[in-house]
Amino acid sequence: MKLEDLLNHTSEWLKGTGPNADIVISSRIRLARNLDKIPFPHWANKKQSEETLKTIEEAISKVDYLKNATIFRLATLDGIDKQFLIERHLMSYEHAQKSNSKAVVIDSEEIVAVMINEEDHLRIQVMQSGFNLYEAWNIINRIDDALAKELSFGYLTDWGYLTACPTNTGTGMRGSVMLHLPALVMTRQIERVLAAISKLSFTTRGFYGEGTQATGNFFQISNQVSLGHSEEEIINNINGLIRQIIEQEEQAREMMLARNRPMLEDRIYRSFGILKSAHIISSQETSELLSMVRLGSDLGLLKEIDRRCINELFIITQPAHLQKMEGKKLSTQERDVKRAEIIREKLKCK
Amino acid sequence: MLCDICGKNIATVHLTEIIDDQITELHLCEVCAREKSAQMEQQFGLSELLGGLVEFEKPTKEKGTETITNKCNHCGLSYTDFKKIGRLGCSECYTAFKRYLGPLLKRIHGSTTHFGKIPIKVSAKVNKRSLEYLRLKLKEAIEREAFEEAARIRDEIRELEKGQNK
Repeated sequence: MKLEDLLNHTSEWLKGTGPNADIVISSRIRLARNLDKIPFPHWANKKQSEETLKTIEEAISKVDYLKNATIFRLATLDGIDKQFLIERHLMSYEHAQKSNSKAVVIDSEEIVAVMINEEDHLRIQVMQSGFNLYEAWNIINRIDDALAKELSFGYLTDWGYLTACPTNTGTGMRGSVMLHLPALVMTRQIERVLAAISKLSFTTRGFYGEGTQATGNFFQISNQVSLGHSEEEIINNINGLIRQIIEQEEQAREMMLARNRPMLEDRIYRSFGILKSAHIISSQETSELLSMVRLGSDLGLLKEIDRRCINELFIITQPAHLQKMEGKKLSTQERDVKRAEIIREKLKCK
Repeated sequence: MLCDICGKNIATVHLTEIIDDQITELHLCEVCAREKSAQMEQQFGLSELLGGLVEFEKPTKEKGTETITNKCNHCGLSYTDFKKIGRLGCSECYTAFKRYLGPLLKRIHGSTTHFGKIPIKVSAKVNKRSLEYLRLKLKEAIEREAFEEAARIRDEIRELEKGQNK
């Protein structure tokens, strides 16, 4: 598989299917694992990092589940390629900062992505469309078992898996759910909800993870604690919380429909109108308008466009995607023109 | 709209800062935004935060306290290094700094007992391993005052011990 092949492919997590897909975009689980007694990436020298990379690459090639995966060494990718992988949520921003002795492994469906030599030797992630952490766990658990047959992981009986940062020690697991909560934002209830979440030792982040602002009314919620509970317990806890948030968003949507339907319809159709006719558009405006259009589609008000098409637009209008499609570097202004062109094209098709 | 900092380039990055309930909006060009984000990282780096947390931790004392290890013999990382960078050097550091890390883990996670999965290679050494594991679980259940669960685990331990003594 070449990186360019991904351009014409819809990532599994963007398919807009799975349970509660009207509110939950995707579910993701990642596991942090380290080779026993080998210095963690930030502390390892060049030779050790290179050996780690080779050892892990070899182990990955033996995992049945990753038969259709491709290993990309970061040293072979340019800046746009790396940004492209970040935009598709296949790699972290941190991983892209330095390229030496690093790799990312991606399966052809973009369900599994493994970062080698990020903060930990291995960061395995599995993504699913909709509200489906259990399925993500089933898949990642099998991959982890297969890798554990080939590699010896740093592990202590009482503290579990040992990670570079003690905030990940124990299960090494982070479960995240990406939610689209426009009605809670519009009815100004979101602050209350987010404050409650942080009290329960969960974290909220924006569309692109750590340190990013919530744009387009997307919120990523994940567990903070990784030690003291089994993986299933952690997933159950996240699920319980997410179910409540879904319920609140549903209620807010119903309330808006009941109380002020014309206003809501107006905002949705105006957003759709701008997207269909704009010739210059920034990525921020795009995500705000797409959020409204997605809400319209989810409420059955806007029948002209389906969820999968909207989900795709969120990603293909990102800077590196635009430049990949164009096959060259574009300035911010050029990107705004290209972005508008692609949106008009896409929204015409249905 | 022009950038709030340099006033020359077009602002493409929009930042909302909240300091003590004061909300300020900044509109920046790409160049100034990059500088700003580097500044913010310096201010709020995770390692700094963790380092701050570590300062508070006093090592737990064990009977016959000998000199406290300040360096991991395996990878050479010192505890001072850890406080500075917020990252450990290798899996062996956890054993070397065990007495410091116990209280730190408790602070971060509210627990110091792993209940999650066990790597296949480790769980292959089953009997001894699971006894150890159950004893830990028992300890934690008692701490949580989950006595029904504790009784169940105690029975499990007895069963296992019986099997081993045969």
